[in-house]
Amino acid sequence: MTTDRPVYLDHAATTPMHPAAIEAMTAVLATVGNASSLHGTGRLARRRMEEARETLAKLLGARPSEVIFTAGGTESDNLAVKGIYWARRDADARRRRIVTTPVEHHAVLDAVEWLAEHEGAEVTWLPVDDDGSVSPAVLRDALQNHDDVALVTVMWANNEVGTIMPIAELAAIAAEFDVPMHSDAVQAVGHIPVDFTASGLSAMSITAHKFGGPTGAGALLLRRQTACVPLLHGGGQERDVRSGTPDVAGAVAMAAAARVAVESLETNSARVAQLRDRLVDGVLSSIDDVRVNGATGSARLPGNSHFTFRGCEGDSLLMLLDARGIECSTGSACTAGVAQPSHVLIAMGADPASARGSLRFSLGHTSTEADVDAALAVLPAAVERARQAALASSGIVD
Amino acid sequence: MMRVLVAMSGGVDSSVAAARMVDAGHDVVGVHLALSAAPGTLRTGSRGCCSKEDAGDARRVADVLDIPFYVWDFADRFKEDVIDDFVSSYARGETPNPCVRCNERIKFSALAARALALGFDAVATGHYARLSDGRLRRAVDSDKDQSYVLAVLTAGQLRHAVFPIGDTPKPQIREEAARRGLAVAEKPDSHDICFIPSGDTRAFLGSRIGVRRGAVMDTGGTVLAEHDGVHGFTIGQRKGLGIAGPGPDGAPRYVTGIDAETGTVHVGDASELDVWTLTGERPIFTSGVAPSGLIECQVQVRAHGGIGDGVAQLRDEALVVDLRVPLRGVAPGQTMVLYRPDPDGDEVLGSATITR
Repeated sequence: MTTDRPVYLDHAATTPMHPAAIEAMTAVLATVGNASSLHGTGRLARRRMEEARETLAKLLGARPSEVIFTAGGTESDNLAVKGIYWARRDADARRRRIVTTPVEHHAVLDAVEWLAEHEGAEVTWLPVDDDGSVSPAVLRDALQNHDDVALVTVMWANNEVGTIMPIAELAAIAAEFDVPMHSDAVQAVGHIPVDFTASGLSAMSITAHKFGGPTGAGALLLRRQTACVPLLHGGGQERDVRSGTPDVAGAVAMAAAARVAVESLETNSARVAQLRDRLVDGVLSSIDDVRVNGATGSARLPGNSHFTFRGCEGDSLLMLLDARGIECSTGSACTAGVAQPSHVLIAMGADPASARGSLRFSLGHTSTEADVDAALAVLPAAVERARQAALASSGIVD
Repeated sequence: MMRVLVAMSGGVDSSVAAARMVDAGHDVVGVHLALSAAPGTLRTGSRGCCSKEDAGDARRVADVLDIPFYVWDFADRFKEDVIDDFVSSYARGETPNPCVRCNERIKFSALAARALALGFDAVATGHYARLSDGRLRRAVDSDKDQSYVLAVLTAGQLRHAVFPIGDTPKPQIREEAARRGLAVAEKPDSHDICFIPSGDTRAFLGSRIGVRRGAVMDTGGTVLAEHDGVHGFTIGQRKGLGIAGPGPDGAPRYVTGIDAETGTVHVGDASELDVWTLTGERPIFTSGVAPSGLIECQVQVRAHGGIGDGVAQLRDEALVVDLRVPLRGVAPGQTMVLYRPDPDGDEVLGSATITR
């Protein structure tokens, strides 16, 4: 049913590894060494780990000591949100408020909601505009109205609709009120310029597999002066913030991938944005009743396109496209499988029916014009068919 | 070769059904229906067929069979057409069967319509029933037979249905699943109503209907007890009536009638449960043609048991069955299904919803 080679338009879920990252990783996998061991083999592993840390720090505008390796974005988000909340509350029991947005990734949302349910956290939800962005003014309001804030957490770029948040402006406001701010930058790194120090953030989550590294390798960038209670206790690795035998191969591969992604960012992002625009223009000109969700221009991730096809079930459309080898997503891959209307679109003001009729096509470093054209060749008929199916299933077969 | 959508619950039956469709050379896609807006996991106590674990089991079977697999959200439709209908039917003093409604309105209606519009030729399920030349028959395994809950389907709906496992006894289906290396081979059968994971139907209804006090009254009009709502009762029920022991004659007492308007639950002895004539509304004839004259048939009023012989006929819009031997436990809201006895599998003639 599928074509020989699928047209992969789900880079925001995970993007192919850069050959340099595969090479670096496999080279390390062939070696032995626990980076915590004191002998020569251990020292060699440690050296590789520290070189990876320095490379990553340099590429992301951080100091090496600010890089805490983790097992990915979800762990980094949980560590930042819970760890900073606990540390701030320990220092002053009144600080129980978390200021965040309703469009965060579930790794942040569910961590915040868990703290609210189990650890007495209060939550202030910052409203988002209909393009999914949050304005500095609403953060200022929230911080002016509450003097019990433990932390602010706002994602750098939205994983579903690609909207980029004004992180530096938000972080400056948080700093004015002396409140630490975390940002989930998982979708941003390698796709748009990210400089940790210049951003003014206290903490920032990244994960390798979104920029050409392996899954299961990530980091939390954490300022030296930002206290953070660990989630994982043990051998005291990673500044005592994240215990566990270091994943040297993962760290090395992440650094190698970051080097390729960041150093080729300008040319690659321009190329990917052009392909994305070709897709968006093609969809708008060949299909009626389509809405493009999210921000436009430079306020949008270069590889992201997100459409609402009115009158469609996204489920049906995804299946029809999959059968023709066009691979995309109805939401973030984490919720795929348990169909729910996207919380992001709902927060942006969409009704549940529109939210269900939405698909994300995300392009990346291996995407080609042929991929876009293949999708455009299949989409109009697939949308038409999915619309008929939605009409049919609201009636009765007889 | 057909393009077949298999509804995969994550249980052993629909898994083997999918496998058999693949073996038959069809182009098969597996779909798990998400029927709960907030699916639980096994760990939080959900049973039935719509937990995340069940979806995961179905996905794993699809992997093994190397077929595409999707989860489709029918939670809103399911709530409207099955759960709300179930609750309001009980509130009216009736005894509905939600599996019948789900087949009638979700699996072979909303799902089938979507499937056909998307280019599929048929929807296959793991029901124990047989289908040949448009005739729906009881499964080979009479203990597992599910033709009863499918008897509300019209000829048009059955035209696009496939029941790949109705010709095989359940123990052999389990063996086949094991032989095929499907991890669900040993998975326990689901018995409960899938949207009431606790199994406590009375509590589920109580939380949705609330307290509507009424009287438990005997045949002579004596009030024996108070109750919190007619939804806690079903005709033929003996336990949990809130009355002290048997009647004055020493015989056990049963619910013999429910009057939702006055909130009265009538109790009496077993003989008062006897029903000689069944009347049903909204008759559906499997052949697509309403028969004229008298129909010698077997009639079944519950998913398991409640079978008797009788003569059926259409009177105006109603289906009326005169029974040769009385049946007990007949409640409004239940589905009555007419069968033509046949050594090759009793054939479903039609069905109707019992009104009295």
